[in-house]
Amino acid sequence: MASCKYDWPPPGERSLIGKRIKRLDGPEKASGRAKYTYDINPSGLLFAKIYRSPCAHAKITGIDTSEAEKMPGVKTVLAVMGVGDETHWVGDEIVCVAAESEEIATDALSKIKVQFQELPFFVNEENLDQAGDHAKPASTKTKGDASKAFSDPDVVTSEGYYGIAAITHCCLEAHGNVAQWTGNNLLTHSSTQNVPGLPSQFGDSLRKQGVDVSDKNVETICNYIGGGFGSKFGTDEWGIHVAQLAHKAGRPVKLMLERDMELEGAGARPSAFANIKVAAQKDGTLVAWDSKSWGSGGFPGAGMPPLPYVLTGIPNITTQHTSISTNAGPARAWRAPDHPQAAALTLCALDDLAAKLNMDPIEFLSKNADLSARGNVYREEMKIGAQLSDWQKNWHPRGDKTSGTVKRGMGVSIHTWGGAGHPSSCGVNIYPDGSVEVNMGSQDLGTGTRTVIGIVAAETFGLPLEAVKVNIGDSKYPADSASGGSTTVGGVSASTRRGSVDARDQLFEVVAPSLGVKPEQLVAVGGYIQAKDDPSKKLSWKEACAKLQVKPIQALGRNLPRGMSPCKLNDSGVGGCTIADVSVDTETGLIKINKMVAVQDCGLIIDLKTAESQCYGALIMGVTYALFEEKIMDRITGRMLNNNMEFYKLAGIGDVGDLVVHMMTGPGYDERGTIGLGEPPVISPGAAISNAVANAIGVRVPTIPLTPDKVLAALEKGGMA
Amino acid sequence: MQAFEYARPKSTQEAVKLLADAGGEALPLAGGTDLISLMKDGAAAPKRLVSLQHVGELRRLSHSSSAGLRLGAMVTLDELLESKEVAAAYPAIAEAARGVHSQQIRSTGTVGGDLCQRPRCWYYRAGFGLLAVYNGKALVLDGDNRYHAILGNSGPAYFVNPSSLAPILIALNAKLSIHGPQGERELSVQDLFVNPKSDQESELALRPGEILTEIRVPPAGGAKMAIYEVRQKEALDWPLAAAAAVLKIQGGTVESARVVMGHVAPVPWPSPDAEEALKGKSVDENVAAEAGKAALSKATPLSMNAYKVQLARVAVKRAILRAAKGEA
Repeated sequence: MASCKYDWPPPGERSLIGKRIKRLDGPEKASGRAKYTYDINPSGLLFAKIYRSPCAHAKITGIDTSEAEKMPGVKTVLAVMGVGDETHWVGDEIVCVAAESEEIATDALSKIKVQFQELPFFVNEENLDQAGDHAKPASTKTKGDASKAFSDPDVVTSEGYYGIAAITHCCLEAHGNVAQWTGNNLLTHSSTQNVPGLPSQFGDSLRKQGVDVSDKNVETICNYIGGGFGSKFGTDEWGIHVAQLAHKAGRPVKLMLERDMELEGAGARPSAFANIKVAAQKDGTLVAWDSKSWGSGGFPGAGMPPLPYVLTGIPNITTQHTSISTNAGPARAWRAPDHPQAAALTLCALDDLAAKLNMDPIEFLSKNADLSARGNVYREEMKIGAQLSDWQKNWHPRGDKTSGTVKRGMGVSIHTWGGAGHPSSCGVNIYPDGSVEVNMGSQDLGTGTRTVIGIVAAETFGLPLEAVKVNIGDSKYPADSASGGSTTVGGVSASTRRGSVDARDQLFEVVAPSLGVKPEQLVAVGGYIQAKDDPSKKLSWKEACAKLQVKPIQALGRNLPRGMSPCKLNDSGVGGCTIADVSVDTETGLIKINKMVAVQDCGLIIDLKTAESQCYGALIMGVTYALFEEKIMDRITGRMLNNNMEFYKLAGIGDVGDLVVHMMTGPGYDERGTIGLGEPPVISPGAAISNAVANAIGVRVPTIPLTPDKVLAALEKGGMA
Repeated sequence: MQAFEYARPKSTQEAVKLLADAGGEALPLAGGTDLISLMKDGAAAPKRLVSLQHVGELRRLSHSSSAGLRLGAMVTLDELLESKEVAAAYPAIAEAARGVHSQQIRSTGTVGGDLCQRPRCWYYRAGFGLLAVYNGKALVLDGDNRYHAILGNSGPAYFVNPSSLAPILIALNAKLSIHGPQGERELSVQDLFVNPKSDQESELALRPGEILTEIRVPPAGGAKMAIYEVRQKEALDWPLAAAAAVLKIQGGTVESARVVMGHVAPVPWPSPDAEEALKGKSVDENVAAEAGKAALSKATPLSMNAYKVQLARVAVKRAILRAAKGEA
C-alpha cells in the first residue's frame, strides 16, 4: 500500500502511542471534581419522579392526579399514559411529577390514583414448554447436511442443555437528564453514550409532543458518565418527559432514575437457552452443529445469538431460534450484544465435546480454529493464555481427581468482534500563543476516549499530552458518533489524526520560509518544528505558533468510511481468548475464582494502560455475570424481585481473583490501525468460567449464573459429590 | 416518606418516655442502616423517630473474666471489633461482626441493631407485609423462595432471621436487658425472636415503647467457639446459611455443646439434635458431619431452597470443626 501522510507514525517514531499513559481525567474523577449529570443543579431546579405500573400487564381504567397536583411544592404533573392504555411490565411509566424537592416529588407519587384491570402475564422464559403464545419462531439457518453428518458412525456427538440468564446493565450512574429551556433553546445534561445524536432525538420526539423546537436549538452535554454498556443511546421516554416537564414548568428539571427503575426498565441483556448437539471426527475435527435455542429480551422478545459462535465454518449446521416475549422491561444492547450468550452456548457445548473426545480444549479449539476467520490469531492467543495461566500444569482431564472437597479446574473460551471506527469529525485548533485545542462532539464512557484523542493529537504535534486541551462531551463540537459497538477508538483516533496532520501541515506552511526549507521537509518532534535532515534548523512549538500572528489554524479531520481512504488508520475484526482458573467447594457449591487471563488483540493500541483497563473491567464484569447476576422475575406478582443492589449481586474486589491481561501488539497487529476494544473481552468469561467449573467437578452446570444451588444440583446428578 | 418527628434523648429513661408517649407510633433509631431504608421503601412509617445516638450509657462496652461481657446496644460493630477483650475472650463474636462485609455498615450499624433488624425477605421489602400474603395466599410458597426458611417454616412466616450476632450470642447463653415503660426486664437472646403466627405479631418480642439496651454474655469458661457463614460473595452479601458452635471439651471429648443456626428459619435455630450428636465424642470430620446431618434432620425445604439444607449442614460441620481447632 502506498504510504499516506495520515498514516500512523512507524513504531520507532512514536513518543506516546502505545505507551501506558494515565487517563487525563483521572484526578477529576478521583477527587470528585468531575461533574456527572447527577451533579448538575442549575438554579431554580425542579426534581421529577415517575409513577410506574405496579402490574406486569394491565389496562388502565382510571387516572386521577388531582391530589398530587394540589400538593404544595408540586409544579407540574404529566400523565404519559391514559385510560385504555396497557402497561407491559412492572415499572412501565404512567405519570411524571416535577416538584421543588425530590422528597415532595416522591410523596406526590403516593397521591396519584391509577386503576388497573389486570391482565394475564408471563415472566419466566427458561421453560420453553410454558411459553405458549409468547413464543414466536425467530430464525433458522441450514448449511450442509447436519442430520447426515450426525448419523455418520465414525463421529463423536455431544448433546446438552445450556443457558445464560437475562441480566441488567446496572450502570452505577442511573439513566437521567437535566433539561433546561431558554426561550426555544433546550440544553440537556444527559447521562448518554450518544452526545452528538441526542439533539435530533430530542427535537423529533418533542415536536411530536407539540413542543416547538428545532434540532439545532438543542444542545446536549455529557462530560462524564457512570457507565452505559449499551443502555444509553437514546433520550428514552423519561428524557422526553423531563424536557416536557421543564418546558411546561418554565424551570430546569432533573430526572435521574431510581435504582429499582434502572434495574427493571433501563435495559437488560436477553437470556438465551439452547439444546445443542455437536459432532466431531475422532481426531477432533468439527463436522456438525444443531441448536434449538430460545430466549427473551423482555416484552419485545429477542433474536438469535450468532450460533455457532466463532467457528462458523463448521460444514454442517442447523439452527432454530424462538423469541419469547415476556412482561419484563425491554432489552437493550449489552456490551457485545448477543455475543456473551453465543459464547456461553457454543463454547460450553464445544468444551463438553472436547471432554467426550478426551481432548485438551485448547488443543481442540486450536485444531478447529481455521473454522473461524482468524485461526492463527486464536492459536497464538491461546498459546499465550496457556502460558500465563500455567495451563500445562493446571489443566487435567475433566474432574479433579485429587482428594479433598475443593476441586480445581481450568476453562477456556474464544470470541470475536468487529469494532470498525464510526463516522467522526474532529476540530483541531492551533493558536498563536502555542495552545492547542481539540474539539469533538464525542463522549468518554470511562474507556479513555478523552485520553486517546489527546494522545493522537499530541503525538502528531510532537508535544507532551498536557499541551493539548481536549474538549468533548458537548454536541456543539464537530460531530462524532454514538459510542457503541466498540467503534469509538477507531473513529476518534482517525478523525483526530487527520485533523491534527492537516493542522500541523498548515503550521509547516507558515513556518517553512523562516527556516529556509520546504514545508514537506519539516517534522514536529519533541516540542520543536524542525527540518527532517537538519535539526539545527528549528523553532520551538511556541516560536513556530507565534508566526501565525493573529490567525489561528483551524482544521477539521474526518474518519472516512472504509475503502474511501488510502490510509490504513483503522480496521475491523478482532479475536481474543479468556482462560479461567477456579476452585469449587463441592460441599457448598461455591466457586472461587483463582485467576482470570484475558488475551486480546485490537490492532494498534493508542494507550496501553486504558486498553488493559478495558480488559480488567471486562473480566470483572464477566466474573459477575458468570457467578452472580440474573434478573429474578417473580411468576406470582410479575415483579423483578432483586431490583436493588442487595439481591442484584455484583462482584466485589474479593470475588474476582487475580486478573491477568495480555494485549497483542507488534507486527501483525499494529499495522492494522486502531480497532475497538470495549466489548470483546467481556464475551468469553462466562463460558470460560463455566468450562473451568466443569473441568473441576466433572460435570456441566447447565446455566449461567453458576449459583451454589445449581452447582450442588449438578454434582448430585452426576458429578463428584 | 411520611414526615416524622425526630427526638434526640440523652438517657434511656428519656428515650423510653419519648417512645411510650407516641402510643406505638414511634420507633427507636440506632445506626439506621436498616430502618431508614425501610422508611424509604414505605415498609415502615413511624410518626416519631427516637434517636439513641446520644444516649451515652448505651455505648458502654465492658469485660471482666468473672462477670463476662456487657455490650451496650449502641456499640457499633466496628467498636466491637476494636475490643481486644472481645477478640480474646469471645473470638466467635468478633468473627460474626466481621462477617458484615461492609465498612460502612460496620462503622454505623450497632449490636442492638443487628439483633433488631427486620427480615430481608424480598416480598416483605416490596411492601407485601411481613408474612407476604397476596390474594389470600402466602407468596413465598408459590413464588421465589430460594433464600427463605428451611426450618420452622410451617407458616405463616417463611422469612429467615437476618442477625449476624444472634446465633453465637444464643450459643453463649447471652441475656438482654430491655427497658420499657414498666421498667427493666431481662430476656434471653433466643426469646427476643418470635416466629409470628399472625400478621398482628412482630418477629421481635419487644413491646411498644421498649428498647433493647444491653447484651450480657456470661464468661465463656474456657469453651471453644466458632461460627461459619456460607455466603455467595465476598463483597457484602447475606449468608445463605450460618452456624455458631460453642463446645466445652473435657479430656478430649465434648462435655457439652451449643449449636445454633442462622438464616435458616424465622428465628435463630438452636439444634439440640446436633448438640446431642456431639456429646461424649471426640470431634473429628465425621463427628462434625454427623452433627450437621442431625441439625438438619427435620428440615422442610420449600420448592426452591433444598440446597440450603446442604449449606446449613456444612455450616454446622465447619463451625464445629473450627471451634474444636480453636479457629474462631
